[in-house]
Amino acid sequence: MTAAELLSVAAFHEGKHAQAFPSFGSERMGAPVMSFCRVDDRPVRLREPIVEPDAIVIQDATLLHAVPVFEGLDVAGFVLLNTRKPRDTLGCNDLVAKLPAGHFRVVAANDIAEKHLGRPLANAALLGGLLALTELVSMGSLSVAIRARFAGKVGDQNVAAAAEAYAHVRESTAC
Amino acid sequence: MSDEKEQRIKFYQTGTLTVGNRLLDPRLRTVQASVDRSNAITSGHRACQGCGEALGARYVLDAAMRATGGNLIAVNATGCLEVFTTPYPESAWQLPWLHSLFGNAAAVASGVAAAMRVKGKAIRVLAQGGDGGTCDIGLGCLSGMFERNDDVLYVCYDNEAYMNTGVQRSSATPAFATTATTPAVGSDPGSEWGQGKSVPLIAMAHGIPYVATATVADLHDLETKVERAMSLHGARYLHVHVPCPLGWGSASDDTIKVARLAIETGLFPVFEAQAGEVTSRRHIRRRVPVEDYLRLQRRFAHLFPHGGRDDKRIDLIQAIADRNVERFGLLEEAT
Amino acid sequence: MALAVGLCRPEVICAYPITPQTHIVEALSEMVRSGELARCAFINVESEFAALSVAIGASAAGARAYTATSSQGLLFMAEAVYNAAGLGLPIVMTLGNRAIGAPINIWNDHSDAMSMRDAGWIQLFAKDNQEAADLHILAFRLAEALSCPVMVCVDGFILTHAFEEVDVPAQPEVDAFVPPFEPAQVLDPKRPITIGAMVGPDAFTEVRWFAHDKQIRALTMIPVLAGEFRARFGRDAGGLVRPYRCDGARTVIVAMGSVNGTIEEVVDEGRAAGEAIGALDVCTFRPFPLEAVHETLRGASRVIVVEKNLALGRGGVLASDVRSALGHEPTRVHTVIAGLGGRPITRVSLRRAFDAAIADRLDEPHFLDLDARMIERERERFTKGADS
Repeated sequence: MTAAELLSVAAFHEGKHAQAFPSFGSERMGAPVMSFCRVDDRPVRLREPIVEPDAIVIQDATLLHAVPVFEGLDVAGFVLLNTRKPRDTLGCNDLVAKLPAGHFRVVAANDIAEKHLGRPLANAALLGGLLALTELVSMGSLSVAIRARFAGKVGDQNVAAAAEAYAHVRESTAC
Repeated sequence: MSDEKEQRIKFYQTGTLTVGNRLLDPRLRTVQASVDRSNAITSGHRACQGCGEALGARYVLDAAMRATGGNLIAVNATGCLEVFTTPYPESAWQLPWLHSLFGNAAAVASGVAAAMRVKGKAIRVLAQGGDGGTCDIGLGCLSGMFERNDDVLYVCYDNEAYMNTGVQRSSATPAFATTATTPAVGSDPGSEWGQGKSVPLIAMAHGIPYVATATVADLHDLETKVERAMSLHGARYLHVHVPCPLGWGSASDDTIKVARLAIETGLFPVFEAQAGEVTSRRHIRRRVPVEDYLRLQRRFAHLFPHGGRDDKRIDLIQAIADRNVERFGLLEEAT
Repeated sequence: MALAVGLCRPEVICAYPITPQTHIVEALSEMVRSGELARCAFINVESEFAALSVAIGASAAGARAYTATSSQGLLFMAEAVYNAAGLGLPIVMTLGNRAIGAPINIWNDHSDAMSMRDAGWIQLFAKDNQEAADLHILAFRLAEALSCPVMVCVDGFILTHAFEEVDVPAQPEVDAFVPPFEPAQVLDPKRPITIGAMVGPDAFTEVRWFAHDKQIRALTMIPVLAGEFRARFGRDAGGLVRPYRCDGARTVIVAMGSVNGTIEEVVDEGRAAGEAIGALDVCTFRPFPLEAVHETLRGASRVIVVEKNLALGRGGVLASDVRSALGHEPTRVHTVIAGLGGRPITRVSLRRAFDAAIADRLDEPHFLDLDARMIERERERFTKGADS
């Protein structure tokens, strides 16, 4: 299940309406892949791809300068980038400056995932970070969604990873 | 009459109803010899005079009906059999019968079998088609049925061409035979000399529980094979040689004779196989040269121009027969 | 969708993989294997032609049969599609709408459904995943009531791969709506019948008349079943057409399937700005609800049909049917060809096209978001001659 799908389930548990869907590009191993999620208080009827996102989560930082990842981002939009590197070494300082303070954040989600799950499966951690950034849905709802998808210990581990990423993004404002 | 299990006096098959009715132990008589046979195909159908397929289908279905106590559903491919038995609003079929398309009889039969399985019904399924519908257009579905080991007996009535549509060549058409699409003109008259396609061998390659070839010239053998097939479950295949007087250019009262010559020359090997290995063969009693068989059919007339003999081509056909004899061990070993 | 199909207690499921419907049957195979879906055989077949053929055999033998396919797969089983309808077998099939090649394209449009529109299947189009699930329940009931196969059309990727909230009904409710299959005729040794006889010139027309009459009767039955569905499950699903804000609308947008969601957003924006605009979702495409479409559209002065198919050399298939429905009405009908091969249909582009139509500036048929520069480039390449 993609992060977008997990997010949509979390929104659903919170009584919101949501829709998640994959990109329409060629999906092969090694090709850039996108997935989208819309969350609203009203039922989501729109079927067009998201061209003006309110938030972007970049799971693979190597795409940063390979594809136009930030295209269409709202002027007050949010960016969460999965990387160990400090924010100001990424070559995105122009965008960081344009966006409101604290809207462009990095988190070492792979490392957090490695720590809790033993594997670099960063979805839950990235979602935790996203929620800290945007307050789109609550961590409680995300936990419910995670546990619905991953049973037992694996569910707990994913929730822990999400929580750690959430805390990291919540606390530090500088990066 | 003796009440021993075995028939003590051995008879050659000289005519089904002759031997089967009067001189055989009742338990060894054919289904056809019984007034109680189901007549699954009843009279009044529109087959040609001397049609081998009508004969073969009658033999097969009545035997299958007896073997299954009448708990049988038949699925038919498009072809002569389907056309001459169901001219709306009449039907010659006295069992539940379904015709869908030309190339899907095996798949449709698989569907019927699945339905019976799900519903817990002990009704058996028989699929049937000609060589066109089985060896060519239906081969994909047939292979799928084999591979899944679906509980279906598939019977191919092989008259060696697309007869229903006017005698066009199929992959079962023997080399040099004249058909509407392989006319006896030019430097290479008749059907191409190809690799040949043995669907019985293809069936064996799938390793299915039972494969057999049979012919309308040996009713006992054919009925025994149907009975044996119906005693088994899983995918089973029966390939029946059925001469077509119209398409082969043989006399309409020569059908059984021509079929017998096909056996006796070695051109049509009669055998059984289980799980991919030949388990029995019908030995040739008295070997005859292929010429005796070919001369009776106008589709091979061009091999005998002006009272002569096309040695090259006839020798090639003889070589096929010789190869069959060797490959299947059709001659009884000398004791 | 797999859950909805499972609730209808299918007895034989057979399918062959093709994007984008494969995961539906994968889910069903898991349900069968785990025992969740009991008394059901799942057959892995070697082609789509075999898939529908297995369903034909199963259905004729009295089992509730289901299959799914898309695009090329539908064409590969085309002979069987006509056969199933001709034999009056109530098979339900999910069609994950996908473009037909060449050129090969795995993404959404309605060309596959269009290719089989005259085969005698009932064709229903789902607007969202809730309706996609609900239509399968309606489909089994409708198919068996009429002895007619039903195709549930679901936009590939856009719906088949989307995550949405769906209310999955409870088994007892579905059982009450879809009773056990009682075939009009069945293969049974106790009562042998011949199915699939050859019919000659003397009776063929009459047989086809009955098939046509069956489709006409479906036009009456579909709204009745939709009403029953609403009463039992508490929501709208299916039916012939679904008007959206058409009261007093001068301009009505007509479309099928998921694009209606986007169109509703455009209509709401238009209405908020004082525009007399509405939309009509054609849910049942075959039989085509001429009367219902006429009723809804005759007050409008302009109709814009947004369709995901192209009858080469002719235009839009849906638009043709809409024009037929309007008959002698003076309504202006525009054709907008959109979404072919999965090209996204956006509010912005739709609005632009609608404005052009309303100003009588829209070409006919209009290709939404046509890349004029690419066309020009390719034209130049052809005229210059073949040089890679």
